[in-house]
Amino acid sequence: MHTSTVHAITTPLESATARLLRAGDVVRITGHILAARDAAHKRLVACLHAKEPLPVDLHGQVIYYVGPSPARPGRVIGAAGPTTAGRMDPYTPQLLAEGLSGMIGKGMRSAAVVEAIKQYGVPYFAAVGGAGALLGEAITSYTVLAWPELGTEALADMTVVDFPAIVAIDVLGNDIYTMGRKAYQGVKS
Amino acid sequence: MRELNAADITQAIASLVQTANTNLPQDMCAALARARAQEVSPVGKDVLKQLEANAHLAARESIPLCQDTGMAVVFADIGQDVHIVGGAFEEAVNKGVRKGYCEGYLRKSCVKDPLFARENTLDNTPAILHVRIVPGETCVFRIAPKGAGSENKSVLRMLVPADGIEGVRKTVLEAVEAAGANSCPPMVVGVGIGGNMEYACLLAKRAAARDLCSENADPRYRALEQELLMAINQTGIGPAGLGGVTTAFAVHIEWAPTHIAQLPVAVNINCHAARHAEIRL
Ligand code: SF4
Repeated sequence: MHTSTVHAITTPLESATARLLRAGDVVRITGHILAARDAAHKRLVACLHAKEPLPVDLHGQVIYYVGPSPARPGRVIGAAGPTTAGRMDPYTPQLLAEGLSGMIGKGMRSAAVVEAIKQYGVPYFAAVGGAGALLGEAITSYTVLAWPELGTEALADMTVVDFPAIVAIDVLGNDIYTMGRKAYQGVKS
Repeated sequence: MRELNAADITQAIASLVQTANTNLPQDMCAALARARAQEVSPVGKDVLKQLEANAHLAARESIPLCQDTGMAVVFADIGQDVHIVGGAFEEAVNKGVRKGYCEGYLRKSCVKDPLFARENTLDNTPAILHVRIVPGETCVFRIAPKGAGSENKSVLRMLVPADGIEGVRKTVLEAVEAAGANSCPPMVVGVGIGGNMEYACLLAKRAAARDLCSENADPRYRALEQELLMAINQTGIGPAGLGGVTTAFAVHIEWAPTHIAQLPVAVNINCHAARHAEIRL
């Protein structure tokens, strides 16, 4: 597997930039991102179905599947690593249609999501699952935008600086989980 | 008969849940460092480096290793010559979980009802409590917080005796393959063999919570653990599932007598945040 250069990218992610990224590329993300996981996804899609206004314009947004732990006094946030992206799969194609420009999570996506990634040209990034303390350091602001009663699952805006991630599925549908596994299958340590 | 105050149990549990969630056990830290030296995938190496940095930072700043601070699984071995005074035992444990999760800025991830009212209990109670009555005057509490990413990938197969060792091998490898990145590898794979349906699951959970450096007392099971570990590390899944030769740090098997017509096998995967802490009271 090639070692790639580190791409510094900013949000909202331009589609020209998105098209250049390939599965396995290392990125550092800077800018605003949206924090939303299971419950917020359910509500966002419910709003769309009911034709109600969304609490935030999704156009251009990069969404991070995260449910942070509470911040200690004096800190912005607690641990904030990615949660399993696959649980968001049933909602994802609709949100991509609303104009998302990127997604961050961990783990494989469904075939329908991979198709939507190709159709809308929106890459999916993986952050290292379980590196919550470290990833929290790259988050410099955290503001709840809607549904505070959901606690850790509330919809929130985050500012990130050099947030470390890797391109997991690129806009051509190449997927690092499959590629990486194949490359090292049968290799002994 | 020795007396043990319920308030002391509460205090012990409160501090254990915080220690477990912020301090990766030493043997896991050592395994991360060893794996980083051995990993052949550059991306895998980088992931392992991030995990080491994460463990240092978490311990230094008292931040949870992972935001999913899990449900609090409590194994309690209660000495039969201990008399618990000053309150109900289960309540003392749950009070400790409440105190530890609230005061320690840990995430509260429990909902009241699995199906109809998925409302957060806001204090991470109730604990999942496993009690054994053992000889003596000592109580041992072992806490193993467990997140959903790895727990959701648990497997139970009611094999039949004819499935034998091959059936066990297949069950474990299929579980690991299906878990992939979602269980945050490098993982610790807990396997429970024998007993019956619920007991196999409990054995798997105990196995997943064992110390990394612990050794199976039975050489045949020890050999099977080693063989399975080698096979798992050749799946290619690698650190964070991004490809590599470090997929698991250990396979732990716990076994028990079973029925003449049964061969239950349960797999419970622990992520690299294989958290546990123990205290004797
Ligand atoms: S599997 Fe473990 S490390 Fe990964 S997100 Fe869940 S609790 Fe954290």
